[in-house]
Amino acid sequence: MSAPELHKNGNPLLKYMRQNKLPHFFCPGCGCGQVMSAFLRASEDLGLDLGTMVGIGGVGCTARMPVYIDMDCLHGVHGRTLAWATGIKLHKPETKVVVFAGDGDALSIGGNHFIHAARRNLDVTYIVVNNFNFAMTGGQVAPMTPDGAVTMTTPYGSSEPPFDLCKLAATAGATYVARTLTASPPQMTTFLKNALSHKGFAVVEILSQCPTHFGRYALGSGSPKNLVEWIKSHTVPATAAEKMKPEETAGKFLVGEFVRTDRPVFRGSTLYAAAPASCEGCASCGDKEATS
Amino acid sequence: MGFESRVLTGVHFMQGNYAAVEGAIAAGCDFFAGYPITPANEVSEGMARRLPAVGGAFFQGEDELCSIYAIAAASLAGAKAMTATASAGYDYMQEGIEYAVAVEAPMVVLDVMRCRGENFATQSDIMQVRWAAAGDHEMIVLAPSTVQEMFDFTVRAFNLAEEYRTPVVLVSEMSLALMRERLEIPESSSVPIVNRKRTTKSPAGYLPFQAETEYGVPDFAELGTGYRVIHSINPHDERGDIEWEPHAFERLYKRITGKVRENRKKISTTHRFFLDDADIALVTYGSEFRPCLDAVHAAREKGIRAGVLKLDAPWPFPEEAVVETASNVGAVVTVEMNMGKYAGEIERAVCGRCRTARATKNLGTPHTPEEILSVIEEVRT
Repeated sequence: MSAPELHKNGNPLLKYMRQNKLPHFFCPGCGCGQVMSAFLRASEDLGLDLGTMVGIGGVGCTARMPVYIDMDCLHGVHGRTLAWATGIKLHKPETKVVVFAGDGDALSIGGNHFIHAARRNLDVTYIVVNNFNFAMTGGQVAPMTPDGAVTMTTPYGSSEPPFDLCKLAATAGATYVARTLTASPPQMTTFLKNALSHKGFAVVEILSQCPTHFGRYALGSGSPKNLVEWIKSHTVPATAAEKMKPEETAGKFLVGEFVRTDRPVFRGSTLYAAAPASCEGCASCGDKEATS
Repeated sequence: MGFESRVLTGVHFMQGNYAAVEGAIAAGCDFFAGYPITPANEVSEGMARRLPAVGGAFFQGEDELCSIYAIAAASLAGAKAMTATASAGYDYMQEGIEYAVAVEAPMVVLDVMRCRGENFATQSDIMQVRWAAAGDHEMIVLAPSTVQEMFDFTVRAFNLAEEYRTPVVLVSEMSLALMRERLEIPESSSVPIVNRKRTTKSPAGYLPFQAETEYGVPDFAELGTGYRVIHSINPHDERGDIEWEPHAFERLYKRITGKVRENRKKISTTHRFFLDDADIALVTYGSEFRPCLDAVHAAREKGIRAGVLKLDAPWPFPEEAVVETASNVGAVVTVEMNMGKYAGEIERAVCGRCRTARATKNLGTPHTPEEILSVIEEVRT
């Protein structure tokens, strides 16, 4: 759709949002709007019915997304998104659950739940918007803040090495793992579609700009453009990295799909879970999905 | 495994923790998540064995936080859900309980009270279970005294949770949790079952947090059924929208508090023993009821007219029952297994209507009848 058509007809994705909640509270230049767009586009392309899905957000800027999107939503407790998701998926496995988490929500306060959900292969889509800091609270250091970066709680530079979320997810057992960035909307949409179609724990890390805090404190510029350029210059396609020397990829984020495998999803301690692998599921053993 | 039946009708010699398991399953519990902690482990272990056999789901969370949020979310997805823990674990669960209060998710939490890190019997969580979760609310807390009540009150906890759409806390002490005694499980047709009221409205006409009356309970819409509800812990209005206008969310706080507080006479049932002619009333709950009754018999043998007011539900506070008792005796004695917590609330309600005294201790066991008797003799003079 061209820009004049958009202007005339309104954003075609608006129909998927709670319009009484708009305008949203994201700062000018924030990447959250782009991620929300990519998610809605991916859902539309896949023909998903948001009315039967559950969106989960904990606390933070990213966590507000399911409040704006017109779907069932659990919101407002920091870091417990995957605990909620586990309860829903074990009781009602047919429900499609998508979690929206910032880097602090996902890996600081929620880090323990994250590795256990990956280990169990909980059947949810986990979208992590990594803006390198705690943004909603005013720009404090987070588990994926780059080493040495200045934030409001690391005025002399961070002395903590960051997590590599994708490596952590892969090691812990996630069955779909990818990293993309807001500067690549088509790739972002593709990876989200792949994650939403995946059966199992699907993790998509999206590198995103927070000009208000990370841009100003760590890079000395509140310009969204400068921050997006900084992110782009710090990413390397995973396929290209294979042919590069380690010193060329040092300090860079690899972008691409890292894991795409299949294994049984978590069902808790049900009789179904104890059934032999050949069991195809039936009403009598309590398998609500009763697959063929 | 021989556990296919939901209701194990018959006479059993059963441990308190297992009686809670059987009560839950008889009440229709179909989801349990818990994290290991002594002395509540038998509840998780029993659930792990029993729930899958009756078509429910069990899992062991990676911590208490995972467990409490999993049961809250399972409840929003339509489950009758429960967890069990002991004092330290209950500490960790408080924000999850606060969440369930805010989004009006029915669920049951069993707290086997223990002395901090050690597994001695105590009632020192009695204030914590009332107020611990942040935000305004009134908690329903049931305190069984026998293994039979452990079963009966667990059934009732599920029913109250469903009726009022709120978390209900069961408190026990190690003295009850690990004790075995006679339990009679009725026919399944005699087990009362209450199910939350589900909305009959279409999504377009449904307001998820609107009740018909000021202190009413809203109708429920299950996750994933097209109602598109925001279940946020944040202050919200009747639509579920996060609300920054204070009057809008004060209405919610008033209703969430009022739906329990204003129904206290129905919820907080009491039992009177030897109170009709009593000069001294013991007021007590949980395991402590047991020595109280013995102490009353011993006192009466000595010519002292003592009686007991047994509180099934310490919270919401049974104001009217305590006031009525205090108005008809010379002294009220609070008996509890801590340094004196619930006693403060009793004395506030008594408000000079009679003398007050306390039998309190935190020595890892309930009072002996002799200890209570000595307080009775002291207050008599």
